[in-house]
Amino acid sequence: MNWLHVSFILAAAYLAVFAEASLNIPRNWIGAQVDLLPGLMVYTALTNNIIVIGILALSAGLSFDALSANPLGVSVLPLFGIGFAIDRARELLWRDSVFAQFILGGAASAVQPLATLFLMLNLGGAPLLGWRSLWQWFAMAAGGAVATPVLFAFFDRIHQTFDYQPAAESSFRPDREIKRGRL
Amino acid sequence: MLKKPHYIVVILVVLAVVILFKLPGQTVGRFKLAISGLFLPLFGLAGSTHEASLQARGVFVSRRQLVDEVEELKRQNDQLQFRLQQERETEFENERLRAALGWARKGPWQTRLARIIARDPANWWRAAQIDLGRRDGMKPNLPVVTGAGLVGKISSVGETRSQVVLLGDPNLRVAAEILLGRTNIETGVIMSTSTGPQENNMVDLGYLSGGSAIAPGQSVETWGGGVFPSGIPIGRIVDVQTTDYGLSKEARVQLWASMNALEEVWVILQ
Repeated sequence: MNWLHVSFILAAAYLAVFAEASLNIPRNWIGAQVDLLPGLMVYTALTNNIIVIGILALSAGLSFDALSANPLGVSVLPLFGIGFAIDRARELLWRDSVFAQFILGGAASAVQPLATLFLMLNLGGAPLLGWRSLWQWFAMAAGGAVATPVLFAFFDRIHQTFDYQPAAESSFRPDREIKRGRL
Repeated sequence: MLKKPHYIVVILVVLAVVILFKLPGQTVGRFKLAISGLFLPLFGLAGSTHEASLQARGVFVSRRQLVDEVEELKRQNDQLQFRLQQERETEFENERLRAALGWARKGPWQTRLARIIARDPANWWRAAQIDLGRRDGMKPNLPVVTGAGLVGKISSVGETRSQVVLLGDPNLRVAAEILLGRTNIETGVIMSTSTGPQENNMVDLGYLSGGSAIAPGQSVETWGGGVFPSGIPIGRIVDVQTTDYGLSKEARVQLWASMNALEEVWVILQ
């Protein structure tokens, strides 16, 4: 586990929650705020271990709920559930394909609000729901699907910049050493 | 097969969430304020950037445009001065009549300007945070307005910022009245819209009597008596429909305040 990498993920979650609270452009243009946290969780679950998944779910979920009228902690379990499920199926998922990232990001962004609402309704909350919530749900899933490959590209670039790169393989092979004679 | 770290992390996360759900409301509120306090540097930075961008914009505005704007503002100022004189006469008359009838004197509202620093990131609430808190005299349930009309009320207060629940949120209901004539007033309750959360500037007006003569175009304002003082404009009726087999009516109201473009609001202190 590379703690520099983990701190970049947590910083990204912090900035994502701040952006969702302060940027009104998606809300005013498409009528829904896009959530970047499920996409970030997809990336984290495919590149880090369960401890980092737990830390991200707790920190990002609590930050999101603190700036929202949500009951505190209601976003944590859905985020952790997404990360846990992807972690269990990590061997079966092809993380380097942009299409796979798109599908995983879309699925996670679709599941996260549904699971949060399910929990909230069971806790006795009365969120604002109507037929147009379906459009918001679609916009969140589509936004998350588009954002996930971007997050992967962003973190891969950070990985290239800050991490040690694997040493390039030398072309020297002792069995093919050319022994030159005098001629 | 799950490994040992998996079990430990799953148990810890579930335990943390269960504890949070079981905490009393006040403690949860304090936790929320403490966690959202971590975002204060970013909100401060965003505010400073906004100010700087406004100042930078001044550099690029042409002198001609500024002169035109000054002329336009002078014209508007003259018109407003004239209207203010008329309003003053009406105010004196109102005071005389209230004194004659023995009614209590109605003073002007004490207000405080606040900036919206964040909106609720979740799509299923209508709430916002303002940059005034307990140290600025904020208290729960203070009404929040813009120059156009009612916006909402303060729901929770921190040291340096407060949360405002906006009109249309399921947790905010406002007693409202529609003036149908000199003495005829119809009352109802402003609620969240049933058409869905996308229309930010639309709310429902319910609990109207089946025989009421409300019609599209009529103005709706606060009824008073509770949290909100009477007479704050809310919006205008867009359409009316009969419900409960004609026993009651329900109307859709377009808000005067534009909820999508909220940047600065006024908190009514008294």
